[in-house]
Amino acid sequence: MNWTWFHRLGSPPHFFRIAGKMVPWLAWLAAIAGAAGLVGALGTAPPDYQQGEGYRIIFVHVPSAVLSTLAYAVMAAAAAVGLVWRMNVAHAIAASSAAVGAWFTFVALATGSLWGRPMWGTYWEWDPRLTSELVLLFLYLGYMGLRSAIDDTARADRASAVLALVGVINLPIIHYSVDWWNSLHQGHTLLKFGKASMPPSMLVPLLLMMLAFMLYFAAVLLVRARGEVLRRERNARWVIEAIGAR
Amino acid sequence: MLHWLSMGGYWPYVWPSYALTLCAVVLNIVLARRALRAAEGEARRRALTQRSDT
Amino acid sequence: MSAADTRRVSSGRAGWLLVQRDLRLGLRRPGDWLQPLLFFLVVTTLFPLATDPQLSRLRDIAPGALWVAALLSSLLALELLFRDDGQDGSLEQLAVSGLPLSWLLLAKTCVHWLLTGLPLVLVAPIVATALGAPYAAIPGILAALLLGSVALSLIGAIGAGLTLGLRRGGVLLALLVLPLAVPVLIFGARATALAIALEPMAAPMYLLGALAVLSATLAPFAAAAAVRISLE
Repeated sequence: MNWTWFHRLGSPPHFFRIAGKMVPWLAWLAAIAGAAGLVGALGTAPPDYQQGEGYRIIFVHVPSAVLSTLAYAVMAAAAAVGLVWRMNVAHAIAASSAAVGAWFTFVALATGSLWGRPMWGTYWEWDPRLTSELVLLFLYLGYMGLRSAIDDTARADRASAVLALVGVINLPIIHYSVDWWNSLHQGHTLLKFGKASMPPSMLVPLLLMMLAFMLYFAAVLLVRARGEVLRRERNARWVIEAIGAR
Repeated sequence: MLHWLSMGGYWPYVWPSYALTLCAVVLNIVLARRALRAAEGEARRRALTQRSDT
Repeated sequence: MSAADTRRVSSGRAGWLLVQRDLRLGLRRPGDWLQPLLFFLVVTTLFPLATDPQLSRLRDIAPGALWVAALLSSLLALELLFRDDGQDGSLEQLAVSGLPLSWLLLAKTCVHWLLTGLPLVLVAPIVATALGAPYAAIPGILAALLLGSVALSLIGAIGAGLTLGLRRGGVLLALLVLPLAVPVLIFGARATALAIALEPMAAPMYLLGALAVLSATLAPFAAAAAVRISLE
């Protein structure tokens, strides 16, 4: 297995250049997928048998929730790479993932709450999915809090990397414990929407929206990561050349 | 058309959800670009001061 | 202990020496471990004051009250785990001693639990009874708090290592540790609730035990990594 691509991507000037080229592509593809998804979400997808038009929130809620967990996974993976290979690029990616992930965890919570209101009658019902999302938000905020509390970037990178890894190991345990806790106190309907039981006219827009969110995440992540790489490499020669070239 | 706007009566939940999501999407783009520009600006300033030192 | 001395000592012996040292130092400052205990008592007293003093009603919130109070109290106590040794350089000595840091930190965490976690467990019967728990529930409550407090100390050690020497370290420590402690809270409170209802509590106890074992095996490594990073 040829690993040169890995090490090349880990080289900051290389990453800076390649990421810069990828962002417009990712952004445009995201916009196209998003537009197509929205047409389906707000238009062609038929109303739901039980929830009428209200279920359409799913087309923004589910992609947000998926993004929130994906961002954490990316953060943890980048953190692991950064710790093991001592790669600035990896730490830059981890740092960039956090802010986006936290925002979309919040969006998932808010849209989930709005979705729950017509279903449950209240804005919050300690639904296991939403409760897990809430704990995930706290994990993000803790990560960002730790980073901001440490002045030295290198120490901040490595400490938050350990935290991200501890968090990612804990996530399935937290998720399981919340599910377990919730199953003991049943009563309300769960905020579920069986993807298996969805007709293609609903499934396709949902998949398109998820694709759009993934591409969007990649684009925003790379933009942020380029800035983070510049900050970490500020004394390197390639920075001067790269800036001058623009 | 009116049925679509009112989302079958669910409009106070559906439209704010989409609006909030859109806000988050736009906000993250703006913040990311601003962070990159700030980092580039700082790098440029450092490059200039270094050049003037030599 | 200089680095030269420790190289001649086995890890087992070093761990035991560290335990003895920490115990001796900890017992010399009773305030350090009495205050978290006092905090636990005060917080549990607040619950009846804030709600309803009727024992039958208190019984319902007793598991939650006990565990939230235990969690908060252990968070307070966690600041002490590495503080003194971090300040006077002993922690650094341990890190460069050539002995496995995770093992040494496990030893420190054990003593820390003996001084700050165990007292909570011992006091729990009184507190639980005051909150309306029946006498028959006491053994179950003790067992649950025993396992839970061990897990909390171990998980907390990771947070303490990460926030070593930081300003606002205490609040940040709480923010970092609390989400990680959610499973312990859920299983522990559930076990306590079942104990109070005099129902079989095996299921959450097994899960709680699993958490305690998992944290005992993994947390010291994470804590050692965290401490090394903080000492750089």
